[in-house]
Amino acid sequence: MARRIAVEDSHAVALAAKMANVDVIAAYPITPQTHIVEELSRMVSDGEFDAEYINVESEHSAISACIGASAVGARCFTATAGQGLALMHEILFIAAGNRFPIVMAIANRCLSPNINIWGDQSDVMSSRDCGWIQIFAENAQEIFDLILSAFKISEDDRVLLPVAVNFDGFYATHVVERMDLPEEEEVRRFLPPHRTARYKLDPDRPLTFGAIGFPAIQFELRRQWEEALCNSKQVVKEVWQEFGRIFGRHYDVLEPYRMEDAEIGFILMGGSSGTCRVAVDRLRERGFKAGMIKLRLFRPFPKEEILEAVSRLKTLITVDKHICLGGLGGPLFNDLRSLFYGFQRRINVAGFIAGVGGRDIKVEDFEHMFEKVVKGEVSPEKHVFIVRGES
Amino acid sequence: MAVSQEYFKTFRDLPREDWFVCGHRACQGCGEAIAVRLILKALGPNTIVVSPTGCLEIISSPFPYTSWAVPWIHVAFENAAAVASGIEAGLKVLARKGLLEKQKTNVLVLAGDGGTVDIGLQSLSGALERGHDFLYVCLDNEAYMNTGIQRSGATPFMCWTTTSQVGRVKRGNLTWKKNMPAIVAAHRVPYVATATVAYPLDLANKAKRGIETEGPAYLHVLASCPTGWRLPPELSVEISRLAVQTGFFPLYEIVDGEFRVTVEIPRRKPVAEYLKPQGRFRHLTDEDIAKIQEQVDRECARLGIP
Amino acid sequence: MGKMGDKLKLKYESYRELPITPLIKAGISKLVETPWHLHGKPQVDQAKCIGCRLCWLYCPEGVITVRNGEVEVDYARCKGCGICANECPVEAITMVLR
Repeated sequence: MARRIAVEDSHAVALAAKMANVDVIAAYPITPQTHIVEELSRMVSDGEFDAEYINVESEHSAISACIGASAVGARCFTATAGQGLALMHEILFIAAGNRFPIVMAIANRCLSPNINIWGDQSDVMSSRDCGWIQIFAENAQEIFDLILSAFKISEDDRVLLPVAVNFDGFYATHVVERMDLPEEEEVRRFLPPHRTARYKLDPDRPLTFGAIGFPAIQFELRRQWEEALCNSKQVVKEVWQEFGRIFGRHYDVLEPYRMEDAEIGFILMGGSSGTCRVAVDRLRERGFKAGMIKLRLFRPFPKEEILEAVSRLKTLITVDKHICLGGLGGPLFNDLRSLFYGFQRRINVAGFIAGVGGRDIKVEDFEHMFEKVVKGEVSPEKHVFIVRGES
Repeated sequence: MAVSQEYFKTFRDLPREDWFVCGHRACQGCGEAIAVRLILKALGPNTIVVSPTGCLEIISSPFPYTSWAVPWIHVAFENAAAVASGIEAGLKVLARKGLLEKQKTNVLVLAGDGGTVDIGLQSLSGALERGHDFLYVCLDNEAYMNTGIQRSGATPFMCWTTTSQVGRVKRGNLTWKKNMPAIVAAHRVPYVATATVAYPLDLANKAKRGIETEGPAYLHVLASCPTGWRLPPELSVEISRLAVQTGFFPLYEIVDGEFRVTVEIPRRKPVAEYLKPQGRFRHLTDEDIAKIQEQVDRECARLGIP
Repeated sequence: MGKMGDKLKLKYESYRELPITPLIKAGISKLVETPWHLHGKPQVDQAKCIGCRLCWLYCPEGVITVRNGEVEVDYARCKGCGICANECPVEAITMVLR
């Protein structure tokens, strides 16, 4: 039987890594992720589980050491945020393209300048095209569950790709929430205690990893990687279905809220979806047909599922916590407007950018966005910043 | 003084088999290729090799071919020591959990000078300080050779490279070579040594001692590069010998902090004999050579070499 | 590059057939021939050879074998650098330009 506990979200991350019985943890401290690795260090020092904890000298080395450990068949874990993820950038591609199963927790934080430790999604969005599986979680329970299942997804022979589980810096990492902690044996029914690596650095079966790709072959390799990433969606769904059967908590690539008869709906990722739900309830009380989609799987982008979820919608409001500087608004706005163009039925997309640099997105802010759309104040050519001096 | 074990007394003690095999794309007379063959002969097949970006990676792994008969991995330029840290830690914990057949596998980094003294210095320092059990070999050809002979922190004084050109105002590289073995020794690691291909048994024994040492070991190999040094390829080994005999590149080891010269040179040859055959030093005047001789003398005096 | 590209094209008609990441089986560059020989080919005077094995050890390609007092060179893979000729203590090897 699961045990109901009160836990800081960061410690929920550590608990998930511990219950996954990871072999190697390589991590470098960075706010707001630090509580995760502090807790893991404590667990390893107390002998709560057997792992090598590598105190690397940078995030670049953290992800590099994870690649090394993964290449010999170890189950490995790291966590980072903001600048740390940016420093990893080069190696993120290699981890994914050379198909190393790794699980990373990202406590989303704003990228410098100016130095800012608070939560937005500019870190992960700047690493959007690195070919990782990108998952977003909202609260302690979801973080725990999704990290645990991330190991199973990542190590699946059909996938062999690293998985990043994202959640809000501070808004998630530094709050205490209630959570059901499963029993060890339940976890073992879901995830085997050790990884079985199909390909590894093994003197008995020597292989060359990371060879040069000449133009005659590189494109084909990239296409293969892209296909593997897109195909991983099916495995993600399967793993979450199995998770639901064992633990009774059901996850899918997206989570609709009051969408059945909604005419205008929000779509967003991460912790702000909790606030948005309250806003949707209030708008419903005021007589509006409002709804919300919480996107859980961002890469591979669940095209079909989104199209199905918005099939009755007139306008979709995207709420991005990142600006594609000099481009066309936020990443969700870009992806969704592209997706809907050429769709048989017209769906308007109203793009909002909010919460940058850790600014609160309040219930009133969501209502304000909604009202602007209702009043016809948002032109499809222009995205709106919820910022002083505008909006 | 600690006596270092002689694993290989004659060439016959070295295995016939190669674990770095032919068909690689190295230039003619590549000193690095000789060194890698020798090091793998010394270590044997129970070895995992990590290489950062560099000549060695380029020449050995053009897909679909590989010259590695041992498991080999390349990740990026600046992180070979970090990747090796992960490999070592991974093997250690998997062995502890009873998931590996072999209790110990050698972890070997084969890096170039750029990947060691410049861009890879941070990750190497971290790995040394953490005490991972591995051998890090720097194959130093004194410039970024695979990108076309650009200056690195290991390029010697007054040397020509394509980014330290010899002109009217500046004449080559105006800084002295970074003393990498001393930087590693300052980490208080148990084994540091220098070697060249001109003394193959010395090189093979040092590689073996390095890997047998518990904890981090570092081997700095002067790897002659006919292409980048502007040298006829047949002189590749001879020039490495002259580097030692002139005192330009002394061969020594530091075992648990104890320094020892491994190849004694009773009477050093003038450094000009090393510099003259190389096109990269072609522009040197007698005054320049005297200046380099002075520095070599000073360095040898510091190391207690006559 | 041309030659290698052709071989690859023959081998892989589609990206789906490629090994993932890509992984390569150990040591298969042995199949590649590198008869560059810009500085000539080493010719061995077997009578002079003392079997010291220096040529075997110093060959950057590892294509010289010394067996039963006989030196053998794999000319398809020898690049002709001339180190063996230069280092032979009894001058049993000479570089011959064709």
